[in-house]
Amino acid sequence: MTAKPASWIGASVERLEDLPLVTGRGRFAGDVSFPHQLHMRMVRSAHAHGRLRAIDVSPARALPGVVAVWTAADIAGLPPIEFREGPNAKLAPFRQPVLATDHVRYVGEPIAAVFATDAYVAEDAADAVNVDIDELEAVVEAPAPTSEFSAGLTTEPTICRQGYGDIAGAFKNAAAIVELNLTIGRHSGVPLETRGAIGRYDAARDVLELHGAAKVPHRNRESLAQMLGRSPAGLHLYEAHVGGGFGVRGEIYPEDILVLVAAMRLGRPVKWLEDRREHMIAANHSRQQHHVIRAAVDAEGRLLGIDDEFFHDQGAYIRTHGTRVIDTACGTLPGPYRLPHFRIRGHFRLTNKTPAATYRAPGRYETNFVRERLMDAIARKLGLSRIEVRCRNLIGSDEMPHERPLVALGDDVVLDSGDYQGLLDKALARCDWDKREREAVERRRAGEWVGLGLAMYVEKSGLGPIDGARVNVHTGGEVEVITGGASVGQGFETVIAQVCAETLGVDYRRVRVVHGRTDRIEYGIGAHATRATVMTANAAAVAAAKVRAKALEMAAQLLQADAASLTIVNGSIRRADGTEPAVSLGEIAHHLRPSSPTRGQRDPGLCADGWFTTKHMTYPYGVQIAQVRIDPGTGAVAVEKMLIAFDVGRAINPMLVRGQLVGGFAQGLGGALFEEFQYDERGQPLSVTLADYLMPTAREVPAVDVLITEDAPSTCNPLGIKGAGEGGIAGVGAVIASAVDDALGGNGLITKLPITPQAIKAIIDGQ
Amino acid sequence: MSEPCEITLRINGTEHTVTVEPRRTLADVIRDDCGQTGTHIGCEHGVCGACTILLDGEPVRSCLMFAVQARGRAIRTVEGLQRGDQLHPMQEAFMRHHALQCGFCTPGFLMLAVGALEKWPDLGDEQLIDILSANLCRCTGYENIVKAVRAAAADMKARA
Repeated sequence: MTAKPASWIGASVERLEDLPLVTGRGRFAGDVSFPHQLHMRMVRSAHAHGRLRAIDVSPARALPGVVAVWTAADIAGLPPIEFREGPNAKLAPFRQPVLATDHVRYVGEPIAAVFATDAYVAEDAADAVNVDIDELEAVVEAPAPTSEFSAGLTTEPTICRQGYGDIAGAFKNAAAIVELNLTIGRHSGVPLETRGAIGRYDAARDVLELHGAAKVPHRNRESLAQMLGRSPAGLHLYEAHVGGGFGVRGEIYPEDILVLVAAMRLGRPVKWLEDRREHMIAANHSRQQHHVIRAAVDAEGRLLGIDDEFFHDQGAYIRTHGTRVIDTACGTLPGPYRLPHFRIRGHFRLTNKTPAATYRAPGRYETNFVRERLMDAIARKLGLSRIEVRCRNLIGSDEMPHERPLVALGDDVVLDSGDYQGLLDKALARCDWDKREREAVERRRAGEWVGLGLAMYVEKSGLGPIDGARVNVHTGGEVEVITGGASVGQGFETVIAQVCAETLGVDYRRVRVVHGRTDRIEYGIGAHATRATVMTANAAAVAAAKVRAKALEMAAQLLQADAASLTIVNGSIRRADGTEPAVSLGEIAHHLRPSSPTRGQRDPGLCADGWFTTKHMTYPYGVQIAQVRIDPGTGAVAVEKMLIAFDVGRAINPMLVRGQLVGGFAQGLGGALFEEFQYDERGQPLSVTLADYLMPTAREVPAVDVLITEDAPSTCNPLGIKGAGEGGIAGVGAVIASAVDDALGGNGLITKLPITPQAIKAIIDGQ
Repeated sequence: MSEPCEITLRINGTEHTVTVEPRRTLADVIRDDCGQTGTHIGCEHGVCGACTILLDGEPVRSCLMFAVQARGRAIRTVEGLQRGDQLHPMQEAFMRHHALQCGFCTPGFLMLAVGALEKWPDLGDEQLIDILSANLCRCTGYENIVKAVRAAAADMKARA
C-alpha cells in the first residue's frame, strides 16, 4: 500500500501496529523488567470452599532468595476490590478481598503472596507455604437453593429485574405459548498472553507505577488510588502491548494491588506473571446461565410477550463489574424484534467457582442464544419457516429510532438506526438460502446429517458518555494523537490515525497514536463495550478539525491568501486551485512555537483538544447463517459454510472490521462447540490447561463469508460509526445451535452450549 | 535442585554464554538470560505454540525443553527472520494479510510456518492447515494466517 486512497476513512490500509509485532520487538507485560526487581508468586486455595484455619509461611520464608511472604494479616488495611462504577452498599459484602481472610471460596483464590529475587525461587517458596483449611460443602450449581455466603448473607446478593407492559395480559391473550429451558456453559476470553503486572515505586518523583495495564487504565487509576489511599497524581498506569483482552484483562485483580503495595513497602520493583493454570482458575470466567424462557404469540407468530427467569452463575465473589453482565442480559434480550410486553428476572447467584464478569459480547452471546432458540421454537410450533417468523417480528426501519423502556450498561436503550429486514434479505440472497435449504433436505434424505442455522441479533457499541483526544503537530510534521483510549490488539492506533489523517490532510503513517498512558492525558475511559472507535475516533476528529482550522488560519497569513481558499494535501497547505507556494504543517507548527515572532496573539502550538459526548450507545446489527455437518459416528460437528452479515454504519478500515468479525466468530465457535470450564461436585476445576479447555484451531474454524454493510449509519455520532468488536461473536452460539438442531431433525433438542459430541451422540442414538 | 552451570546458546548466529540452573526452560533462558523477548510464553505446557522456535531447523516448543538441552544446537527465533532492513517474506505477508491482531501468538506462528516451508516448500492446503493447527491464536480466526502463509510460500520459493 503506497498510493493515497480517495479517503483514509474507509480504506483497508495496513496496520501501524504490525512492524514491531512481526519482528519480535513488541513489549508485552512479560517483556517489562526493571533493575533489582522482585518476583511475586501467589499461594492459591486448593479447596472450593473452606474455613482458613492457619497458614505457616516459615518454610517458605527460610528459602534463600525469599524476601517476604504476605498473608491477609500483612495487608489488613487494604479494602476489598471496589466496583468500577463506585460503591454499592448492597453488593459490598460480596467483594473479593485481596488475600483471603477467614474463608476461601473458590479453587485459585489468593491466600498468600511470596516475593523472591528469582521467579523459580518464588514458585518453590509458594509450594512450601502450608495452608490448613477445613473444607466446607461447595455450591457448584447456580439454580440450586440458596445457602449462606457468610453470616446473615445468602448466595443470592440480588435479583435483577427489568420489563414493561402487561406480561400477564400478554400470556392470557396468547394463541400459543412456547417455553424452553436453556443453558449456557462457562467460558472466558482466554487470551494467549496471560495476565501480568509490574509495580514500581519511584521515590525520586513519589510516583507509583503499574505496568501491564490494559483496557481501562484511567478508570483503574482512580480505583487503585482510592484503595491505596494515594493521590491519583502520584499513581500512573502504563499500557504496553496487550496480548488479547476480550473483557478479561485489564480489570483490577488482587495481584495488581499486591505488586503496587509491595513495590512501595519492599522498595524494589515487583513483577508478577500469571501462569496458564492460574489464568484458567483466577482470571474472570463468564457466560454461565440457565434460562427458563416463555413466549406468548398470536396466531400468526407475532410476539405478544416474553417472560424470562434465569440464574446467573457469578462464581465466588462480585468483582469490578458488579452486576453488569446480568443487567446487560436483561436489557438486551429482546434483540431485533418488536416486543409489546416483557418481563425478565435474573437471579444473581454466588457459587464456589472462579468469579465471573465480562467476556466479549457479555449478556448478548447468552441471550442471543436464548432468544433465537425461542424464535426457532415458535416457528416450529406454528408451522412457519424460521425466516418467516423473524420477518413478522422485526422492527422496521420506519420505526427507528426505537426506544425501549430498558437499561443496558446504565444506558437507556434507544436503537438508533437499522434496516433489519434489509440485512436479512441481503444475507439470504448472498448465501442462496432457498437453494441451500433444498440441498440440505436432499442430503439428509440421502443419509447425511446436515443442517442450516440462522440467527439475528442487535449489538451495542460506543458506550459513552465522553472521550477526549489531543492532536499535536510537531515541527517536523509528525502528528501525535494523545488519547485516553486503550489498545487490546484490535487495531486502535491504525483506526484513530486514519480518522485523524483524513480530517487533517496528512498520510496516516505520519500519525502516532498514544494510548493507555495516564501520564500523557488526564482523562480517559479505554477500550471496552466496543467503544474505542466510536468514541475516541470521533473525539480525535474534533481535535483534528480544530488543528486544521488553526493551521489554515496561520497559513493564510503566511501565504497572503484567504483561509477558505486553502486546503491541506499530504501535510502541505496550498491553494485549492493548486497554485504555489505551499507551506507544510511542520512549518506552521514552527511558526506557532511560543517564541515565534510570527505567532502573533495566537495560542502557542499547533495543537488542540477535542471532546466527543454521546447520549446513548449506538446499535449495529447482524445476521449469521451456518451450515453444519454432523458425523453420526462421533457426534462431531463440522461447519461447512458460514456467513456473517453485519452493519457497522461506517467502516473506517474494512479489513480490520472483517478481522474483528472473523476473529470473534472463531471465539464464539469455541463457546458453541468446544469450550467449557468444568467442575466436579466438590468444586474442583477440571479445565485448567489448554488441553482441557479446547479452543478452536485452524482445523476447526471454517472459511467465513463476511458481508459488511453501511446501510444504517449511527445517528449518535458525526462519523456515523457503529462498533464491530463484538459483532462477530455475539450470534455464534445461536446460529450454531440452530444449524445443529436442524441437522438433527429440527426438533428443538439443542438446549445447551457448548454442544458436545456426547450430547449429539445421545440425541442420534435416541432417534 | 542442582547447581547452576555455564552454557553457550547459539541464537540467530550469535553466541550467548549464560549461567543457569539446569531446570530453567529454554524459553525462559532465551527471554530472560539472553534478552530475546520476541519468543513468547503462552501456556508452558506445550499446547499453544507461542514459544515455537527453530532448533536445527525444526519447529519446537521452547517451553518444553531445558536450556541445557539446547547446547550446541542452532536456535532461530523471530528476531533472526529479517536480514538487515529486509523483512522475511513471512513477516511481510503477515502484515499485508492482517494475519495478526494482538500479535502475541505471531512469533510462534512465524517460526512454525517458516520452519515447515523451508522443509517442505510445496505443502498442500490440507497439510498446511494440519501444521498450522499446532498453534493457537485467539484473535484472528486463523483465516488470514492461512492466507498469509500461502502467500509467503510463493514468495519464499521465488526468492529461493
